[in-house]
Amino acid sequence: MTRRLWSAALAALCAATPVASETAPKDVAFHEGAVEAPLSGAPGNPEAGVTVMTTNALGNCVACHTVAALPDVQFPGNIAPALDGVADRYSEAQLRGIVANAKMTFEGSFMPAFYKTDGFIRPGDGFTGKAAEGELPPILNAQQIEDVVAYLTTLKE
Amino acid sequence: LALTGMASADPVEDTLTVETDDGPLTLTTMTSAPDHLTDTMDTIWSGWHYREDDTRDMERDDFDNPGMVFVDRAIDSWNAPQGVKGESCAGCHEGPESMAGLRAVLPRVDPESGKLMLMEDHINSCVTERMGLEAWKLTGDEMKDMLALISLQSRGQPVNVAIDGAAAPFWEKGKEIYYTRFGQLEMSCANCHEDNQGMMIRADHLSQGQINGFPTYRLKDAGLLSSQQRFIGCVRDTRAETFKAGSDEFKALELYVASRGNGLSVEGVSVRH
Ligand code: HEC
Ligand code: HEC
Ligand code: HEC
Repeated sequence: MTRRLWSAALAALCAATPVASETAPKDVAFHEGAVEAPLSGAPGNPEAGVTVMTTNALGNCVACHTVAALPDVQFPGNIAPALDGVADRYSEAQLRGIVANAKMTFEGSFMPAFYKTDGFIRPGDGFTGKAAEGELPPILNAQQIEDVVAYLTTLKE
Repeated sequence: LALTGMASADPVEDTLTVETDDGPLTLTTMTSAPDHLTDTMDTIWSGWHYREDDTRDMERDDFDNPGMVFVDRAIDSWNAPQGVKGESCAGCHEGPESMAGLRAVLPRVDPESGKLMLMEDHINSCVTERMGLEAWKLTGDEMKDMLALISLQSRGQPVNVAIDGAAAPFWEKGKEIYYTRFGQLEMSCANCHEDNQGMMIRADHLSQGQINGFPTYRLKDAGLLSSQQRFIGCVRDTRAETFKAGSDEFKALELYVASRGNGLSVEGVSVRH
């Protein structure tokens, strides 16, 4: 009980003091789906972006997308367009917008919003099936979004 | 697409003829969609068509179907005097074949109470009211074994749940749930099983999410899985708070999902991975 209260207090404290120069999910400014300003202070790392994109518990982008430049990914899904050449089709700001909340670019998209924390119906605590307690963290944090965007901008044909 | 190689967009063309104790039985695993779905799709397919060759083969012969072990266990339970006064299912219902046809029409509304009844609810009313026992856990082994035994008695019969009259409000509620985008991933049943059926979501070949084959023997769990459990799993995968097995919401959903399969054969105990 005490332990729970303590960790709740800690969580509240963390929520109240976001990492300096990081944009909170609620403060992201979309312009026609695009997000100009980087969400974190540090530049994105494309290698870390690949890890986010191919890890089930993180972005798991390959559940739906194929990427020819990542031939080692086993059994990528084919629900969504192949990501090859996305950097030719979209600007960095547009890619950031799509990864943060694809629904701002593609209305009603099946693609999940990775940097969004409210407006959900029966949000759960991760994949436990239980109700989320307190404020929901976004699926990816600001730096992970930047890492993914950094990788996507390398996908030119 | 070429790059994924194994990605097959369509359900496999195949015919399911099961070798049973009573000889071969050919099931309807693909048919035209029921009227209420014709705006959305022409054809309904059992999940059997979306599985790998070896998984499909296991359902062709009762001898190879691992789910049959649980049916045998249920026969013992059916015959056992287990009520507080030594009642058995067999004592009141004779053989399990007296249940033929029931699976195909459930869930349905009980005319007396006006409640929507799953097979589990019927079983539990006998267990509690007629045998004086504690209710069986809705997703427990005793219950799922019995679901398998009773469902098997309707094998080959077309699913035919009523959606009008007293069932209509439950059906509407189930339909609403089917199209609601739950959880942090904001996904509805329809997003996966209607919009993307036939596609690969990572290594999984998405079926229409039909329940004509339930309960199913799931290779991954090495055990039986009821439709209520499958719903819990699918909703959990959207990073949502699930509904409980046997809740009003999941009962209504079961009626709606069953109705999307009206016309497919009850498979009794199917095999899925
Ligand atoms: C559950 C499925 C799903 C997942 C997971 C997913 N996406 Fe998508 N994505 C889509 C769909 C569907 C589209 C097509 C847009 C539309 O019509 O909604 C799309 C479109 C895109 C596009 C635009 C592609 C184009 O050529 O127009 C990019 C870029 C993208 N996704 C990146 C990502 C990244 C990066 C991730 C992971 C962090 C990801 N997606 C995860 C389903 C998904
Ligand atoms: C994120 C995608 C996704 C969502 C959303 C989803 N499912 Fe599923 N479902 C799957 C996958 C993957 C499987 C396993 C492969 C298959 O049979 O389609 C599956 C299997 C099933 C099956 C078993 C089919 C069979 O023949 O064995 C049923 C029934 C089902 N889902 C119903 C539902 C219902 C009802 C909902 C909504 C409450 C739902 N699903 C939401 C992905 C999803
Ligand atoms: C003491 C008698 C008795 C016992 C013991 C009994 N039942 Fe029943 N059962 C009934 C009666 C009476 C009905 C109601 C028939 C009706 O409403 O038409 C019924 C109905 C059912 C139904 C719904 C059938 C339908 O067509 O609507 C199922 C399923 C069922 N029983 C299963 C079982 C199982 C499984 C057991 C043992 C675990 C069992 N019963 C034990 C008397 C009994």
